[in-house]
Amino acid sequence: MFSKQLYSKQHILAASIFIVLALSSLLLGAANVTLAGLFSGDEHAYDIYLISRIPRLLAIVLAGAGLSIAGLVLQQIMQNRFASPSTTGTIDCALLGYVVSLIVLQQASQWSYLAVIFTFAVFGTLLFVRILQQIQFKSVVMVPLIGIMYGNVVSALTTFLAYKNDLVQTMSSWSIANFASVLQGNYEILYLAIPACLLAYYYASQFSAASIGQSFAKNIGLDYQKIVFIGVVLIAISTASVVMIVGVIPFLGLIVPNIVSLFMGDNMKRILPWTAYWGVILVLACDILGRLIIFPYEMPISMIISIFGGIVFIYLVLKDKANA
Amino acid sequence: MRDRIKISVLVFACLGIISWFIGQGLTVDNYQFFLKLRFPKVLAIVLAAIAISASSLVFQTITNNRILTPSILGFDSLYLLIQVLIVVGFGTTSVLVIDAIPNFLLSTTVMIGFSLLLFHFYFKRGSSNIFTLLLIGVVCGSLFTSMAGFLTMLVDPNEFAVIERAMFASFNNINAALVYWCTIPLVLCFAYLFLSSRKLDVLWLGQDNATSLGINTKRLTKQMMVVITIMVAIATALVGPVLFFGLITVSLTREIFDRFQHNFLIIASSLLAVFFLVSGQWFVEKVLTFQTTISVIINLVGGSYFLLLLLRNKIN
Repeated sequence: MFSKQLYSKQHILAASIFIVLALSSLLLGAANVTLAGLFSGDEHAYDIYLISRIPRLLAIVLAGAGLSIAGLVLQQIMQNRFASPSTTGTIDCALLGYVVSLIVLQQASQWSYLAVIFTFAVFGTLLFVRILQQIQFKSVVMVPLIGIMYGNVVSALTTFLAYKNDLVQTMSSWSIANFASVLQGNYEILYLAIPACLLAYYYASQFSAASIGQSFAKNIGLDYQKIVFIGVVLIAISTASVVMIVGVIPFLGLIVPNIVSLFMGDNMKRILPWTAYWGVILVLACDILGRLIIFPYEMPISMIISIFGGIVFIYLVLKDKANA
Repeated sequence: MRDRIKISVLVFACLGIISWFIGQGLTVDNYQFFLKLRFPKVLAIVLAAIAISASSLVFQTITNNRILTPSILGFDSLYLLIQVLIVVGFGTTSVLVIDAIPNFLLSTTVMIGFSLLLFHFYFKRGSSNIFTLLLIGVVCGSLFTSMAGFLTMLVDPNEFAVIERAMFASFNNINAALVYWCTIPLVLCFAYLFLSSRKLDVLWLGQDNATSLGINTKRLTKQMMVVITIMVAIATALVGPVLFFGLITVSLTREIFDRFQHNFLIIASSLLAVFFLVSGQWFVEKVLTFQTTISVIINLVGGSYFLLLLLRNKIN
């Protein structure tokens, strides 16, 4: 994409890592089916692939790419490296929206649920972003700290609503991210991540300009608030669909953009595809790991990502301080 | 001088609400029965209120920030994880679930042990940026939350009812013996904070100023964090998660009283906390007739207050 050759070594290596992981994800599972069985026309194997394994792989790809890019965009518009859907209250607002939609809309379609979740995610994030635009912080880590407190406020409200309606246990089981429940017919909303990512790519240079600062963005003729709003909408689309279908994947939007920009710099147009790619690889690898640890049962991916992501996050924070 | 009037009003308000809470409906025949129930409850409320507000105040001083509370270190999620683990590991009929005292001992030991371990490793590295420490605490908290969530998925709804009880702070089933025993460590911690108030006054000027005035900020921070941890762990294990309570009382104390001396502020915020918590409990019992728990009210009021603080940019 950015080198003169059409396919550099880097691309081939990246593609082969993805193919290996994708194949192992397809071949792994409690039901004993092989690719050979699939090609020899085994009806059962065909069904398992079509209904469960392929949708699962697609869901992983969409969720991984969507959330990582959401984190990247959020970091640009908040001008803070530690911003991400889980540290600015976006995920908590989406969960609040989910509980509200379950209480208010009893038998509505999936799309109306998504609309409610999306609305909550947009307004919750926008509120937080607008507030933080007014404040100058002494320390970069203040933004995630305040964001997490804000998320706690929102989730206290969520828990209260859930408690009133006897949904506390149900709520904690959806909020645990798990790709095991992804089946053909219930994950398609995740395709919204594709237009969200493409739009993020389209607006990449504007987001970069916004990340330098409000006055700079205005000086070069950008409508700053509009760019921020577009960014928040894109983030909310990805987050809302992932929270609704998969659950809460903590730290993903935080660590992937940070690691990628550690190695590839800050040119957003250039790192955006790679952020999506590494997001996919990370989610795929963690999902495979979660399926192997207690095979044939599964550990939910949120556990694996919490541990791994937590360690990386702490490393990044400690490293950041060493630089300063 | 005006502060003196305010604080006297507060003292009388506290005494008034406490005596009313204990004394209402007492007659010569029933007073023994009621006092046996009400006294530990009020004592628990008072202890929790003082522990939370005093520790939050000192925490805000060492972080030099007016919006954080020690709960952000992940105590609430760790407490919840311990409760879930007990239910999953030992079942609902275990002595750890039924008897409050072993449960309390286990919870406080684990919480204090975890935090001390965290502090130990953190301060050993030679770093003194408290925010990094907080962020690490937050990360651990989110790990605990997802572990608790995973285990919650595995328990059946009957067992979950036991866990759900631990998720919300409540003063309704307080173990009397436990409350009396908690008094000793909490009083000691409170006295320690109170005696350090002059150093804290200097620390509130900022880390650099405090250092040039001869305070060993790193050591003071470390000592205070340990004391705060003990207080918060005891309060959490005693009543359950109360995330925003410290935030409300300390912020309101700073708004009402125009002072910066910690020996004054510690007393004032404790009084305010006692008043709020006792009247909140009265409100839950009499007005809402136990329809909801006090932690819901704390979270709603505290959460909105937090948002208000954010909107008014009163953060630094």
